[in-house]
Amino acid sequence: MTAQEIHDTIQGKFPDVIIEFNDSVLQPYIKCTPNQFNEVCQFLRDEEELNFDALMNCSGVDYGEELGVVYHLYSMTHRHKIVLKVNVTRENAEIPTVADIWRTADWHEREIFDLYGINFINHPDMRRILLPDDWEGYPLRKDYVQPQFYNGIEIAHPDMKGNSDEEK
Amino acid sequence: MKKSNFPESQFELQIPDPLRTDEMTLSMGPQHPSTHGVLQVILKTDGEIVNSARPQIGYLHRCFEKHAENITWHQVIPFTDRLDYIASMNNNLGYAIGVERMMNLEVNERAEYLRVIVAELNRIASHLIALGTYGLDIGAFTPFLYVFRDREKILDLFEEICGARLLYNYVWVGGVAYDAPEGWREKVLEFVDYFEPKIKEYNDILTYNKIFIERTANVGVIPADVGISYGVSGPSLRGSGVNFDLRKDDPYSVYDRFEFDVITGKGEMGTIGDTWDRYWVRVAEMYESAKIIRQAAEQLPEGDAKETIPRNIKVPAGEYYMRTETPRGELGYYIISDGGKMPNRVKVRSPAFCNLSVLPAIAPGVMIADLVAIIGSLDIVLGEVDR
Repeated sequence: MTAQEIHDTIQGKFPDVIIEFNDSVLQPYIKCTPNQFNEVCQFLRDEEELNFDALMNCSGVDYGEELGVVYHLYSMTHRHKIVLKVNVTRENAEIPTVADIWRTADWHEREIFDLYGINFINHPDMRRILLPDDWEGYPLRKDYVQPQFYNGIEIAHPDMKGNSDEEK
Repeated sequence: MKKSNFPESQFELQIPDPLRTDEMTLSMGPQHPSTHGVLQVILKTDGEIVNSARPQIGYLHRCFEKHAENITWHQVIPFTDRLDYIASMNNNLGYAIGVERMMNLEVNERAEYLRVIVAELNRIASHLIALGTYGLDIGAFTPFLYVFRDREKILDLFEEICGARLLYNYVWVGGVAYDAPEGWREKVLEFVDYFEPKIKEYNDILTYNKIFIERTANVGVIPADVGISYGVSGPSLRGSGVNFDLRKDDPYSVYDRFEFDVITGKGEMGTIGDTWDRYWVRVAEMYESAKIIRQAAEQLPEGDAKETIPRNIKVPAGEYYMRTETPRGELGYYIISDGGKMPNRVKVRSPAFCNLSVLPAIAPGVMIADLVAIIGSLDIVLGEVDR
């Protein structure tokens, strides 16, 4: 199926979900609202014609004003792809989990929670995965300031002039 | 009245119930020889049986993605070397192709062929390590020496073409860092001639060894649908009988010009998707890689491999998800550019990360010793898991 057909199928089933559809970029994407997102993903996986059984990648992005999560889906049987995007505000960063649909999302969402601070609702095990449990802040956000100390140990950054992205 | 053991004493000796056993929590790693690096697995065990296994990762987290946002497009390449440090060529390749596709850059033919040769040589080197260390995990020491003997020859070839033996920084955006020196092509062909018969040696000493089969067949079976749902890819997924290889299914570089087969697990020794199948896919894949190398080296066109390397990399604003087949599976780079000198975001979809995540699903009910066999058969590299 082409991206346009995939878009039309979702549009037919969930009329209020799609915010934006862009077919002119290298990899066409569909921007969705956070509510009903879990149902949309369930539909994408289970619908016979779509059958997106593989979540290739799930990535957090900091757009400045907003945070976002980008899902790259692939169908092993039909060999088509689509990109889904969900944006949330920095203050209220919450997205329904898809870990119950694609199990690989479990660790990917934990990683996004770890590095971007986006909370996934109904996730089975929402903990940090790469950083220590007592780490403060979310390092991949653009406004992150590196701490001077971790548990009383000084953190040296010999190759970096400043602590934040702007100062470097 | 019950007779007291110590009539004079107020205390009764409590005889424990001989059948009562406690669940024991056992920490396997992070300093453990069979976890292939600094991986910790928290085991809940009932005697010798594993009830649950929870991998704890992050010990080798080096903030690749944060670093990538603060360095130029080209400076990212040495960092990608350090993700999967035993298949660095393949890591370079994925990133370079991703950036090229965003720039819409045509790459010199000779450079494309050289890329395929080094990537497949590196695949063999990586699979050799997987074989050797897997033998060590199971308790066979000698195969490790065999594979290192042959891996050494590949490293010598790499040293000759780019000067490095482990972290190459060889595949650049738009081409390769150095053209092949004189006589290198012949040495590659010589190596392939030397190497192909050697695979039989590994089969004789390890693959069809009775003890090895007893330890690996029917252990740690990953059903195909579970594997796909957990994002397992590469030899680990093909071991489950799924015919999925990005070199065929989502072709990149010049792979569509070569003839090779995709190896899948057939359940020869036990069940489809057991650890022996995953191991066997790697062994058979080395044949296929050798086939590709032979074709590429024979067809290697003349030209200047550095011709199309841009002086300044200008990536138009946009985003791209590039995935390539590394020895461990689907390595994805999700690259976002805002048109500036530096990437806005480089996310690595690491195959070892996803392959490891299937462990909690298949571990319950196996013996502790078999868990070692399962972790070894997934062939994880912790540098890539933690990034």
